[in-house]
Amino acid sequence: MTETLVEVDDLKVHFPIKRGVFLDRVVGHVKAVDGVDLRINKGETYGLVGESGCGKSTLGRALLQLTPPTGGRVNFDGTELTTLPAKQLRSMRRRMQMIFQDPMSSLDPRQNVESILTEGLQAHGLGGDRTERRKIIAKSLDAVGLPQWALSRYPHEFSGGQRQRIGIARAVVLNPDLIVADEPVSALDVSIQAQVINLLEDLQEELGLTYLVIAHDLAVVKHISDTVGVMYLGALVEEASSDDLYRQPLHPYTRALMSAVPVPDPEIEDRRERILLAGDLPSPANPPTGCRFHTRCPWAQPTRCRDERPGLRIIGTGTHRVACHWAEQIESGEIRSHAVKAELIADGAGARDAHGALETALETPGGPVV
Amino acid sequence: MSTKTDKIDRLGELTAAKQDEHGVSLWTEAFRRVRRNPTALVGIAILVIFVLVAIIGPWVAPYSPTDFIGKGEVRSGQGIIPGPSAEHWLGYDHQGRDELSRLLVGARQTLLVGIISTLIGLTIGALVGGIAGAAAGLGGRVGRAVDSVLMRIVDMLLALPSLLLAVSIAALLGASLTTVMIAVGVVSVPIFARLLRGAMVAQANSDYVLAATSLGVKRTKIAIGHILPNSLAPVIVQATLTLATAIIEAAALSFLGLGNPDSATPEWGLMLAEAQRFLDIRPGLAIYPALGIIITALGFTLLGEAMREALDPKLRK
Repeated sequence: MTETLVEVDDLKVHFPIKRGVFLDRVVGHVKAVDGVDLRINKGETYGLVGESGCGKSTLGRALLQLTPPTGGRVNFDGTELTTLPAKQLRSMRRRMQMIFQDPMSSLDPRQNVESILTEGLQAHGLGGDRTERRKIIAKSLDAVGLPQWALSRYPHEFSGGQRQRIGIARAVVLNPDLIVADEPVSALDVSIQAQVINLLEDLQEELGLTYLVIAHDLAVVKHISDTVGVMYLGALVEEASSDDLYRQPLHPYTRALMSAVPVPDPEIEDRRERILLAGDLPSPANPPTGCRFHTRCPWAQPTRCRDERPGLRIIGTGTHRVACHWAEQIESGEIRSHAVKAELIADGAGARDAHGALETALETPGGPVV
Repeated sequence: MSTKTDKIDRLGELTAAKQDEHGVSLWTEAFRRVRRNPTALVGIAILVIFVLVAIIGPWVAPYSPTDFIGKGEVRSGQGIIPGPSAEHWLGYDHQGRDELSRLLVGARQTLLVGIISTLIGLTIGALVGGIAGAAAGLGGRVGRAVDSVLMRIVDMLLALPSLLLAVSIAALLGASLTTVMIAVGVVSVPIFARLLRGAMVAQANSDYVLAATSLGVKRTKIAIGHILPNSLAPVIVQATLTLATAIIEAAALSFLGLGNPDSATPEWGLMLAEAQRFLDIRPGLAIYPALGIIITALGFTLLGEAMREALDPKLRK
């Protein structure tokens, strides 16, 4: 029996673009997040992938109300967060924590570890007196695998992996229900990545945590997630259980993402089909009409893709949701990919000609060694 | 118990050697760096001598700085001012007072002018800049409005040429040493205000402020506990450097006749101003206080620059 912890409905975050010297004139909006629906079940991990600039981090922050959403609703365990008064929201924050990408900049350089870990407890009046607090802190240090002498140290005295552990301890010490991890391992080197990912999994098991993991590394997301959502230009284009999505990606964008992940077997690697997307990510200030992806989609069909924005719809049985008008036809081969606006190449030789390949999926080919 | 506990134990062993040491805070480290910097040491040495003279000057001065002991020998109208001698190492000033004694006693006034005017500028500037910075960084729409109003006022101050501003303040309040201190202090207000506000706005956008917000820490506590301490370094450096310029500016105002008109209490700027009339006869009378001002300002500048290096996070290894 799965219970929903977070329910996001039609969430929008639009940043105004301002011009002018004396009076700011709003000349447009950057639609960083533009209508996202998602559910995160208790005790599960929801992985959010997408290339840089697609709005996945903004979505994470808007979910925690760190960036005020422009529209939509966020329901956290029965409480509506978007309309919650500031005071209640502040006490609600104990239950939803965040882990940041850069562990150095997310720790105050003038605070020692003890003060970093105590701050949250103090803010919520938890843990009673000093000795009791120290006990709680010591426990969370243990939980993330840091030695006790770390307490009197300052962030700059630690390595990157240790700093990320401090960041995790800071989140865990409040005993939260939800943790939003924004690129938790992309600033770390690969050997440390695996340690931190394993730590996150151990903690989830011990403390019954629910995660929203934001990443651009497909291997990391595949390993850690129960459900995966793929974002493109501020909206979800596909969502499915981790196994389903990696076995059978249905959205053209997801297919392109997946095809960029190298396969360890050199023979398969040589023969497999690679989809290289032409062009750059369109500006979120002026997104394409209709389907956001139609300008780069090798399967785009005339008029409908350009005119009508596809919503997420369930395909097949279960929970696989896709925002594509032609998902079934593409899957059955009824619609062939074309090379009018984008290139489909079967061999590696053509890759030189195609520019603007998917930067995201290519960033870390190996992924963590687990 | 589990593999995880083993892992922790191993981690503990690996790092056990460091266990006794205490954490080193950024301030401690900056202090260490200053201590190892020869430039800083020269600056500190100059300042220690200066402060010592300022404190004990009146007791070590061989003569009273206000006694016209050489009145009979000095005929400034006819261009006769006796120079250095065995009894009077730096000779007499134009009224027959012992120049060395006046220099030694005058150091205190000069130091006071520098410190007090810098404190005036620092206090008002940091207050205005701190409020504006906190409001801009965290306060939403109202905060941004408060910030805009405060900063436009500061901009107006900044638009006036500093000497002109000082002259008009002095003209408004009448010529006295207090006027000089207020004028020099007010001139440095916009510098401190802008500096602190800029640093605070930059810090307010940092990840650790976002982290504190997501922990549920109150906004005022974030502003005072996180943003302010991380924004102070450039202000402290600026204060040290301002001490140097304040002394020079105060001297300039005294030179222009806006300082204390009564020459009974010696002050280097005023001594310089009086000496200009006798530059052709006894240039030493102008050179001694000028050297004093230059060396003191140099001491503060050297220390300020060394502190900037020590506190700059970009230079931190």
